[in-house]
Amino acid sequence: MPEYAVELRDVSKRFPGPSGEIVNAVKNVSLQIRDGEFFSLLGPSGCGKTTSLRMIAGFELPTEGEVYIHGRPMGQTPPYRRPVNTVFQNYALFPHMTIGENVAFGLEMKGVPKAEREKRVKEALEMVRLPGFEKRRPRQMSGGQQQRVALARALINHPEVLLLDEPLGALDLKLRKEMQLELKRLQREVGITFIYVTHDQEEALTMSDRIAVMSGGRVLQVGPAHEIYEKPNCKFVADFIGETNLLEGKVIHQHGRQVEVLLAGGLTAHAESDQSLVSGQQVFVAIRPEKMALRPYDGAHNVYVGRVEEVVYIGTDTHYTVRLAGGQRVRVREQNDDPFSRPLANSGDEVRVYFDQTPARVLTE
Amino acid sequence: MFLRLSRDNIRGLLLIAPVMTLIIGLLIIPLILVVITSFGSRSPDGNVIYGFSFDNYRRLLGITPTGFDPLYLEILLRSLWLALQTTVAVIVIGFPLAYFIARASPRYRNLFLFLVLVPLWTNFVIRIYAWLMILRNQGVLNSLLGWGASLLGLPFQPLDLYPSDGAVLVGMIYEFLPFMILPIYTSLEKIDDSLFEAAADLGADALRTFLRVTLPLAVPGMVAGTILVFVPVMGTFIVADILGGRQVILVGNLVQRQFLDARDAAFGSAAALILMALTLVVTIFYTRRFGFGEEIVSA
Repeated sequence: MPEYAVELRDVSKRFPGPSGEIVNAVKNVSLQIRDGEFFSLLGPSGCGKTTSLRMIAGFELPTEGEVYIHGRPMGQTPPYRRPVNTVFQNYALFPHMTIGENVAFGLEMKGVPKAEREKRVKEALEMVRLPGFEKRRPRQMSGGQQQRVALARALINHPEVLLLDEPLGALDLKLRKEMQLELKRLQREVGITFIYVTHDQEEALTMSDRIAVMSGGRVLQVGPAHEIYEKPNCKFVADFIGETNLLEGKVIHQHGRQVEVLLAGGLTAHAESDQSLVSGQQVFVAIRPEKMALRPYDGAHNVYVGRVEEVVYIGTDTHYTVRLAGGQRVRVREQNDDPFSRPLANSGDEVRVYFDQTPARVLTE
Repeated sequence: MFLRLSRDNIRGLLLIAPVMTLIIGLLIIPLILVVITSFGSRSPDGNVIYGFSFDNYRRLLGITPTGFDPLYLEILLRSLWLALQTTVAVIVIGFPLAYFIARASPRYRNLFLFLVLVPLWTNFVIRIYAWLMILRNQGVLNSLLGWGASLLGLPFQPLDLYPSDGAVLVGMIYEFLPFMILPIYTSLEKIDDSLFEAAADLGADALRTFLRVTLPLAVPGMVAGTILVFVPVMGTFIVADILGGRQVILVGNLVQRQFLDARDAAFGSAAALILMALTLVVTIFYTRRFGFGEEIVSA
């Protein structure tokens, strides 16, 4: 049995809510996070991702189930005895201490002698590209700099796992992009397992080795970015990650992975599924806008007639909103590779929409 | 030189005029009068003879024609010592209370704060009389102790709690406790929970989190509370009057008696100015050392 950096086994967390009701924040979550992995917990607010992270850190204890860190059950272990460190969303730097004192805090608690502390603080600040900032105060620094200090303060302790709770949430877009690359670089450099909580799907897709998509306290799908994007296993994941067209219908029949679905207005769709479905089952066919085409090509499994309702030019691509004969409205994304970026169709034109069977996924609710 | 008055300047001056009138009329001018009076002396019928002599100040410092008499210096030192004891005591008693309120669930926090303030609805003097009722020989405390002793069949001699220095200290602590609890509460309440979590995350147990995070971040509250407690305790005379049985004399009592009993306004003015100077020196020294705490909070 492989040993994971962090493992959650059937973990649940219930809270008393503000008006006495019970809130099921996390429901029977099992996760295996590998050593050295950049792992993201992705989901909308209230999906249980932060609570899961806090249970790994020890700020919350699971109501049921167990958290293992490198195979050791954590049980009631308080945060200060766990081999993990956290980077908080609001950085949580100590305002009454200098940057140097902040970064040295963990070493000081471990009883590391002062001379060594100073040496390692210097190295840690160099690592996050803030050399010589020891004497500053947190309030004298920008949000991005404070974020780097928070990183240095956590990483200086060489934790077995670094937990990051939406660390870039408070930064502006440009800085966030920079910090994403910086975090990725740091993670490669130190080789520590990162568990990263975010609601930003793009952030999760760019940075993570693997992603767990959460909703309503449950883990819906775990996998690398391309798998989550290309092969979502349920309607929520398809909808939450990127943009997708969802066509409602009923299963006609299934042959292996290939499924034929009857859509509204008598259209049939050829799509794929890993699940076994029964005839007549209510399903959705999910197809990404960029996997659909207005330009005809040979061998397309699905061809529908429709009328263009809206054309939106966004530079590299143009988005066409098309109303299909069955009444469904779909978004088609076409690259502007024509030298003059002339639109393939104008609003009101009748067009044909083409797509293949493989990228069309049959999903259940 | 003349002041150029723009429309904005005039508007600003008009806005602060009422306040400035009050401050000049009720603070600055009376203060100047007190300073002038303090250099005068007492006429046989109790009026002030204006003049310019340092006799009152010499007397306060104990320099008399017959030699050194530390009577008034002792009063000053006693007042300082009492104010110091009171301040330390209200911090020691007030901090845990403020901590408890700040950590209580938000639903109860306002109730607790309300309870802290409820005693202030009763008149200051009446509250001190209540302590007299509790502490005197046949008072509530001695009755309770006597009743307890008789139940256990022990001999009981009523405790001599009033009048005494201790009774004055108890009264002062009681009067000024809310003024320490509130600012400490405000400091503690402002601390983001994530700071406690960050400390725990970095390996600090509850005690070390308290010493390295909670306590330092409560310093601004303690500084503000100290000024709010120390300064009035230095000048209050009612508590010592009632609970000290007119035997515990503080600077406040001295000033009051010079004006009302001895009818020596000149000497009373000098004593009042010495009190003010002393309070000012202590406060300035204190804030130089600890600041007002705002440099810690404004993170």
